[in-house]
Amino acid sequence: MSTSNAFVKRQPRLPLPPWLRGLVVTLLSISVTMLGLLFVTFVIGRVMPIDPVLAVVGERATEDQYNAVFLELGLDKPLIVQFFYYVWDVVRGDFGTSLLTARPVADDIARVFPATFELATIGILFGCLLGVPLGVIAAVRRGSWIDQIARVVALVGYSMPIFWLGLMGLLLFYGILGWVGGPGRQGIFYEDMIPSVTGMILLDSAIAGDWGAFWDAFSHIVLPASILGYYSLAYISRMTRSFMLEQLSAEYVTTARVKGMSEWAVIWRHAFRNIRVQLITVIALSYANLLEGSVLTEIIFSWPGIGSYITTALLSADMNAVLGGTVVVGLVFICLNVFSDLLYKIFDPRSK
Amino acid sequence: MTPLLDIKNLWVKFPTRTGVVEAVRGISFSLGRERLGIVGESGSGKSMTGRAILRLIRPPGIIEADHISLHDQDLLSLSEAKMRAIRGQKISMVMQDPKFSLNPVMTIGAQLIEAHRLHSKSSRAEARTKAIEMLEAVSIRDPERVMKAYPHEMSGGMGQRIMIAMMLIPNPEILIADEPTSALDVSVQGQVLSIMDRLVKERGMGLIFISHDLNLVSQFCDRVLIMYAGRIVEVCDADKLHQAQHPYTRGLLGSLPRFDTPRARLDVLQRDPAWREAPSVEARP
Repeated sequence: MSTSNAFVKRQPRLPLPPWLRGLVVTLLSISVTMLGLLFVTFVIGRVMPIDPVLAVVGERATEDQYNAVFLELGLDKPLIVQFFYYVWDVVRGDFGTSLLTARPVADDIARVFPATFELATIGILFGCLLGVPLGVIAAVRRGSWIDQIARVVALVGYSMPIFWLGLMGLLLFYGILGWVGGPGRQGIFYEDMIPSVTGMILLDSAIAGDWGAFWDAFSHIVLPASILGYYSLAYISRMTRSFMLEQLSAEYVTTARVKGMSEWAVIWRHAFRNIRVQLITVIALSYANLLEGSVLTEIIFSWPGIGSYITTALLSADMNAVLGGTVVVGLVFICLNVFSDLLYKIFDPRSK
Repeated sequence: MTPLLDIKNLWVKFPTRTGVVEAVRGISFSLGRERLGIVGESGSGKSMTGRAILRLIRPPGIIEADHISLHDQDLLSLSEAKMRAIRGQKISMVMQDPKFSLNPVMTIGAQLIEAHRLHSKSSRAEARTKAIEMLEAVSIRDPERVMKAYPHEMSGGMGQRIMIAMMLIPNPEILIADEPTSALDVSVQGQVLSIMDRLVKERGMGLIFISHDLNLVSQFCDRVLIMYAGRIVEVCDADKLHQAQHPYTRGLLGSLPRFDTPRARLDVLQRDPAWREAPSVEARP
């Protein structure tokens, strides 16, 4: 077999600078993944026992009306042609019209997604800012009371049903203590007072300089975001702990101690730097989970996000809305993956 | 002449669920400006001795001793902050495998500069100059490029020389080398050893050379301690190692393969339970 290795063909290289080549490769892989996703949603749309024509014209339509819409939707064409029309529509941002709201699905998503994005982002910030230090401390003080507390906190996070936690949170912090705003994104005084720029009320009110509205929105988001973030916290803190334990037993940590570094510097300057890549994966996954929209949290807190949008659409057989939502969620996943790949390259010199 | 380091009755213990494991059992030795070899099999307590001197046995491990004195100052009674000033600056340690003992996500330059600045109030630029000088001292070619490189881009021999440079940057008085050449190719071993030897001599340092390689130790060191089951069973001058008396040392020497007198079967070490219980030999003046 030794002779065959001598004739390994060199891969032809594109005559481009390396960063541009990387960009091209990334874009290509995104489009291929995206195409696969669209194919799946397309097939689901076709195999569902829901007649898309009936869904448009209603049950009392005449034969002529039915046929007209049948042709208009292009259902007489071969499947592969239909798929290309579908892809072309999606590329232009056209997901069809929602039956439920009678508006373009794209507009609906543009309205509900920022709400989920705002909630998920604050949730993940909460999860990271508390979860990472908690995990690191639990690893450093392994077996101490703080490690035990971290364990219980994570266990509660894993095992408590969110509807119970959400309702109890509302009862305590809104109902009894009155520290936070109730369900919904805004208090009734501020509703529709802020011009929508990004769709995220915190940002919009800050842009408009209306700090009353900002604090009102903040008091509404803080409880659902912390409850959502609590789940990420549980996961992130456990993973951080086990990553750190692995690094703390590594030889380079002993080297750092031999140099005479303080324990704080050993932990954060040396050991923590080595878990960043693994942490990025964990955090990106949790963030993606939150961005999908947590149906239960959104329903309990009457949060008009993408999770409750897709669920409502699904329950009323509004396939355009369901598939549009699915594509957007898929796109978010892909983007997060690309983003965390990018961060790997920055944080791990070995991946270059 | 007072020795640099004087250790009396050192114990290292690890409490476990099934009882206390004693890794080092009451050894005493001293170190001058010399090259002291510690040899023994795996688990004989030689590495633990090295780490105990730096007080780097992690809990639940316990270090006990009558004293571990550096220039008549007992290291065991120092606070953790004062001990940190000793580590690196007075006593330093080179470990076995540079693949694991250098931080993989920091540039070599950053790690060297950090080692220097921990113990001196020099600026980043001064530390950088010093780091480059030190890399040159361990015969690294093109130190400017190496400063920007990461450990995975280095070969084993280069890695170990960098490690030596890093540990000698604060100018310590004692270097503990814990099997510094075991992970290296034989061809590179000699090179790394001669660099280490030259630097230790030039600076008049004391060297504790921990190894399981009897031949290496007898060639490289001045004096050798032979450890067995956490105790010192014999002390001898390195050049007289082949005339050692203790049956354990004789057994170790007998189980070495030799090029000049090949044998079909090597001797197997016959252990006497009495060795384990025999009192530790004092290696102090």
